[in-house]
Amino acid sequence: MSDSSSTPAPPAPGAAPLVEVDGLVVDFDGLRAVDGLSFRLERGAALGLVGESGSGKSTVASALLALHRGTGARVDGTVRVAGTDVQTASDDELRGLRGRKAAMVFQDPLSSLDPYYAVGDQIAEVYRVHTRASRRAARARAVRVLDRVGIPDAARRSRSRPHEFSGGMRQRALIAMALVCEPELLVADEPTTALDVTVQAQILDLLHTLRQETGTGLLLVTHDVGVAAESVDEILVMRHGRAVEHGPVGAVLGSPREPYTRELLGAVPRVDTPRAVPPTVRGTGKGTGRGAGTGTGAGPAEVGRSDESGRSAESGRSAESGRSAESGRSDGDAGSAADGPSDGSVRPGGDGDARSDGGVVLEAVGLRREFGRGRRRVAAVDDVSLSVRRGQTLGVVGESGSGKTTLGRMLVGLLEPTAGVVRHDGHERTGVRPSVQMVFQDPVSSLNPRRSVGESIADPLRARGEKDEERVRGRVRDLLERVGLDAAHYDRYPHEFSGGQRQRVGIARALAADPAVIVCDEPVSALDVTTQAQVVALLGELQRELGLALVFVAHDLAVVRQVSDHVAVMRRGRLVEYGPADEVYERPRDPYTRQLLAAVPALDPEVAARRRAEREVLSPV
Amino acid sequence: MSGFTGFVLRRTLGTLVTLLAISVIVYVVFFVTPGNVAQITCGPRCSPEQVHQVAQQLRLDDPLYLRYWHFLQGILVGQDYSTGTSVEHCSAPCLGLSYQGDQQVTQLIAAKLPVSLSLVSGAMVLWLILGVGTGVLSAWRRGRFSERVLTGITLAGVATPVFVIGLVLMIVVCGQLQLLPFPQYVGLTDDPEQWAWNLLLPWLSLALIEAATFARLTRASMLETLAEDHIRTFRAYGVGERSVIGRHALRGAFAPIIALNANNVGGAIGGAVLTESLFGLPGIGRELVHAVNVVDLPVVVGMVLVIGFFVVIANAVADVLYAVADRRVVLA
Repeated sequence: MSDSSSTPAPPAPGAAPLVEVDGLVVDFDGLRAVDGLSFRLERGAALGLVGESGSGKSTVASALLALHRGTGARVDGTVRVAGTDVQTASDDELRGLRGRKAAMVFQDPLSSLDPYYAVGDQIAEVYRVHTRASRRAARARAVRVLDRVGIPDAARRSRSRPHEFSGGMRQRALIAMALVCEPELLVADEPTTALDVTVQAQILDLLHTLRQETGTGLLLVTHDVGVAAESVDEILVMRHGRAVEHGPVGAVLGSPREPYTRELLGAVPRVDTPRAVPPTVRGTGKGTGRGAGTGTGAGPAEVGRSDESGRSAESGRSAESGRSAESGRSDGDAGSAADGPSDGSVRPGGDGDARSDGGVVLEAVGLRREFGRGRRRVAAVDDVSLSVRRGQTLGVVGESGSGKTTLGRMLVGLLEPTAGVVRHDGHERTGVRPSVQMVFQDPVSSLNPRRSVGESIADPLRARGEKDEERVRGRVRDLLERVGLDAAHYDRYPHEFSGGQRQRVGIARALAADPAVIVCDEPVSALDVTTQAQVVALLGELQRELGLALVFVAHDLAVVRQVSDHVAVMRRGRLVEYGPADEVYERPRDPYTRQLLAAVPALDPEVAARRRAEREVLSPV
Repeated sequence: MSGFTGFVLRRTLGTLVTLLAISVIVYVVFFVTPGNVAQITCGPRCSPEQVHQVAQQLRLDDPLYLRYWHFLQGILVGQDYSTGTSVEHCSAPCLGLSYQGDQQVTQLIAAKLPVSLSLVSGAMVLWLILGVGTGVLSAWRRGRFSERVLTGITLAGVATPVFVIGLVLMIVVCGQLQLLPFPQYVGLTDDPEQWAWNLLLPWLSLALIEAATFARLTRASMLETLAEDHIRTFRAYGVGERSVIGRHALRGAFAPIIALNANNVGGAIGGAVLTESLFGLPGIGRELVHAVNVVDLPVVVGMVLVIGFFVVIANAVADVLYAVADRRVVLA
């Protein structure tokens, strides 16, 4: 690392760069994924390719190793890696490059390893392809690199198959495979995206240490600006297959020159700044959420998080009056369901104060849920008590397996608790009810692909016994507009929408039943940051307009901070910390919360370096 | 490893339960048929005295569960049959007496089983080599001309009945070219060389048809595996295509091949009637058809049980192999 600190400067004359890409163009079936990209990477330096989905960043990574060869993709331009012209190299030369001089670390460590062979054997196989080592020597070498990447008891664990490893260990094993031939270049394609935040921090630290020790060059492909800030010297922002901005990481992230870079950075939720939306609604700008969905979804800039003036009271109020008229229409049925709207129509008078002393709508007392039988019985949620207030958001954060989704499902009534109760409006409730709705993580699989989105949104209405076709259609149109989609989209099908738009459909469906509470299970984790910011803004807007109580379940600490009034931190089924959001984030009491917060990648490389130091102190639990 | 041993134990227990269930069903279906069971069992030419004796030997006066218990006892420890004047002992796996054939069912089956096992085991080796080989080749050469030719051949193989292939083989090889004599079964223990030569054509004709199914299955599962991420990993690490195909992609195709093979082996032991008839092999399939035609109930029951036994065992072995091939099965 020390020698690479000067790399942002122009390359030293004479020394050939490690990677030289010039005018790279990649077409898939007439679709241009990469459009004239050029960059260089010096030996030992680290470059981050950052962009949203569809920006072509992964395609560039594949092109460095000519992985497109034989797939029908058309590749133009020159790519030189470690002295090999990748475009013109023979298959044999390519095989000599791949894994030996340039090694790739893939995103999903489970599917990227062969499930049928022991991890050590797979690494040994790669080593033997490139060296004439004997079987035994290769096996010993595999154990050494596994030990090097921090696999405990490497000799024994090298005989395990990938499914016997945890996610973080699998990623370590993949890195070990990349290191086994001591390559000059590591190409890491979203190496930590499938991992929990604490594990991500460990993997990034590992990459950092390894690079310091071996001087390997790194090309890191990621959608997460924070991950890049932690790991690289130079950053290249991509969009639509082109380079938007390229420069030293501190400069690009600190003072971006291009509007798109600013937009991208603005959309990134920050874990270290308080919630951006002020509790009292004021400000300007109607239609912040509106236009969003009608665009392409990867779409443009309406909601920069950086302008903190927030969304409009105007749009809030006007929509609100529309809303109360509406609720008058549907008031006839379901007394309890009418709570929400009637409360909402009272709210325009209220402001910040009303928010803070909103009554408790949903309460969990001593919730416990067990799965499995006999000795394998485990408590996914163990003695969790919390409450959700009207007009407020409760954030639930935790890593995978912490029980946060199970908790969310119990709050909605999709799962019956093994012990404990869920109280709704002060009464003990079991089963699903219209006034508590859910928004799911995956907007693709949670919508029926064979039904129009209008029909999906109308489901809760029909379930409540609404039979008048005109009224159903009218209500669905209102809902579509409310979530920022076009009312004319009623008859379209899910595949015609982008991810962000589909999530809006999911929100509209949840709203259809006039809920008082919506439980959102990872509502934005499948979305790009700019889309994510739009959906988060929409949820906040709806909350203010309708006085909704939200439960926001997510693994992303920064997003949770930006939406929540209260935060519950979960670990292994238990609540380790529960309190007002700012207090939890500013003054965490539990060591696990502290460890989580220290693991969040920082956008500022200097802060990142400081955090890295902190992590060394807070040894993993 | 203890998980694996436990898996094998559980699977063995399951196999025993299945076998027991099969024996109950088969016994009930055949011996509780309407009509005079003793008369049917004994055959149309039996005298009333003989029928009476058969009725006693079958214990038709006992309640059903006792009769089944007796039948089961015969299989497990053997049984004595009184013929009025003398006592005939039918030892351990006793499946009863064939009154029409005047023989113990077990002995009858024991005489036919080696033929069927010889036919199926040899054919299996051939169909695995031919089928999996063709499948690997066509997955490797996918999209090219050679692959289309291979696919065409295997499609033709699936569609051709065994008596066409077998007949053509016999006419050409034995009749016109006179490379081999017309097949006539010779026991393995009598003369291994003659055994193999005589079975070559039956093996080939049975294997060619089965191989076509295996080729298509192998090709499909290999193409599926080839599209998976871990294949991309090894290509990206410079592992040669031969190794990627032969080591990683083929391994992914093992599981479905094992499952299909178990089914086919189990089925062919009693179901290769056409091949057996065509080549005049005195195997289980032919004997079963004969027994059904003359309504020799004890033989039919015995045969069905034995065939069921092989199907169940083949599948149990497949399950264990499956678990060896893919350890994740053990966890499920």
